[in-house]
Amino acid sequence: MNTMTSANQPVVEQRTALRSLFLRNAKNTIMTLLMGGALLAVLFPLGLIFVHIMKMGLSSISLDFFLHIPRPTGEAGGGMANGMVGSMVLIGMASLLGIPVGIFGAIYLSEYGGSRISTVIRFCADVLSGIPSIITGMVVYSMLVVPMKGFSALAGAFALALIMIPIVLRTTEEQLKMVPISLREASLALGVPLWRTTLKVTLRSALTGVTTGILLAIARVAGETAPLIFTALGNQFWSSKLTQPIAALPLQIFSFAIAPYDDWHRLAWAGALVLVVTMFALSLTARYFGRTGHKN
Amino acid sequence: MNSKVKLDDLNVHFGGTHAVKGVNIDFPANSVTAIIGPSGCGKSTVLRAVNRMHDMTPGAQVTGRILLDDTDIYGRGVDPVAIRRKIGMVFQKPNPFPAMSIYDNVIAGYKLNGRMRRDEADEIVESSLQRVALWDEVKDRLKSNAMELSGGQQQRLCIARTIAVRPEVILMDEPASALDPISTMKIEELIEELKERYTIIIVTHNMQQAARVSDVTAFFYLGELIECGVTKKIFTTPDRKQTEDYITGRFG
Repeated sequence: MNTMTSANQPVVEQRTALRSLFLRNAKNTIMTLLMGGALLAVLFPLGLIFVHIMKMGLSSISLDFFLHIPRPTGEAGGGMANGMVGSMVLIGMASLLGIPVGIFGAIYLSEYGGSRISTVIRFCADVLSGIPSIITGMVVYSMLVVPMKGFSALAGAFALALIMIPIVLRTTEEQLKMVPISLREASLALGVPLWRTTLKVTLRSALTGVTTGILLAIARVAGETAPLIFTALGNQFWSSKLTQPIAALPLQIFSFAIAPYDDWHRLAWAGALVLVVTMFALSLTARYFGRTGHKN
Repeated sequence: MNSKVKLDDLNVHFGGTHAVKGVNIDFPANSVTAIIGPSGCGKSTVLRAVNRMHDMTPGAQVTGRILLDDTDIYGRGVDPVAIRRKIGMVFQKPNPFPAMSIYDNVIAGYKLNGRMRRDEADEIVESSLQRVALWDEVKDRLKSNAMELSGGQQQRLCIARTIAVRPEVILMDEPASALDPISTMKIEELIEELKERYTIIIVTHNMQQAARVSDVTAFFYLGELIECGVTKKIFTTPDRKQTEDYITGRFG
């Protein structure tokens, strides 16, 4: 009896061990498949959008698209040159305001601010970045468009800047916080004032990460349509003054896509393609900067 | 010996913690004073108070006086930046500026504060690196990145950077604790040479090191100065029982 149990025991143990190993392997396989499925579910819409825009856009895009402004209704051809330039002007002006404000705000939060006021500012920035962009557009409409008695590029750029500020602020702050305190101390201990230390050591060390944040902010506002509806308004022609309505690529896509003409639809698709490719390029550049930055 | 730096009833609070309690010490000029004590006894806190590094720490409060010659560095209207130019600091972990070359690291104190003449810079770089005995090792690659140096070389570079701005006092916060024995030996020899020109205050965990390099030793325990005196006496016939227990390894 005794000999039998002692002989059987290891066999039984081995069997249960094999069973649990099998179970664990099965669980592992199922989970891997599930996660692979989730990955596909994420990639599928992206691929769908990209492929569809490629298909519709590539056939409509031509050199004319980049060189001409829209033709009058009924005439074939034309392009969105004014929209692309307008978008660049709007983004450029928005950056002039949004990037410095965001960066200086981040410097204040990470290098100078007391903990209580910083918490308040951080909270406000998070709320600001969560506000639907159409509301930003409405606020700027009542703040700038109404008093200035007209839609303008300035108002559009201001609305975009409001969207950029919290993005630049929070990403820059995160990057500044990643700079080791020992570097700041090294500089301070040499008798370098705090403001010089901040600019020449801290911000300098965080530069690649900050650049990434700026590019992501630009990519974000490049596609914004809603805040421009009440501010930049859009323009069928070239605009010569910043106080006039200005065309923007997303606005043109919007108005062309809802128009009843096939020709305009094609232009809208071409515009969508340009916009998506630009944002893709911006994101890739941002990734590239981010990667080289973390090596140091 | 006349004192260069004098702590007069120094207290440091962090929030509700009383980290340094009513400390009085004279640090004699042109000598090495070692601050020893177990972890958390406030020795680094004392050191950092001497060049106002706590200004940066939210919630830190320093009271009492610290006299550099006859000026209270915490006095009204005293600029901490001016104080730090006279009181340099070498940190525990070598911290050269990673984006700068060896050359630029040495003159970082000048460069970060504006521009300087090229010939003047060359001269300062050479003499500072000579003084920390790093010149022969790096003279052919002054333009390469400072992070390519070994830990010990980086620490000597940091000391070169500190003396390049011609301070009067050098604070060292466990400068050799992250280094191998040979690098440690080099740093200790360097300290011995530097004291001819500078007043040196060094925090160390290593009691043999304190015994080797210092002229005066101060023993801290739980934020209080227990005993301060000539190193030889502290290590052979200390007055206080706690000091004796610590240096003989009975606690800490």
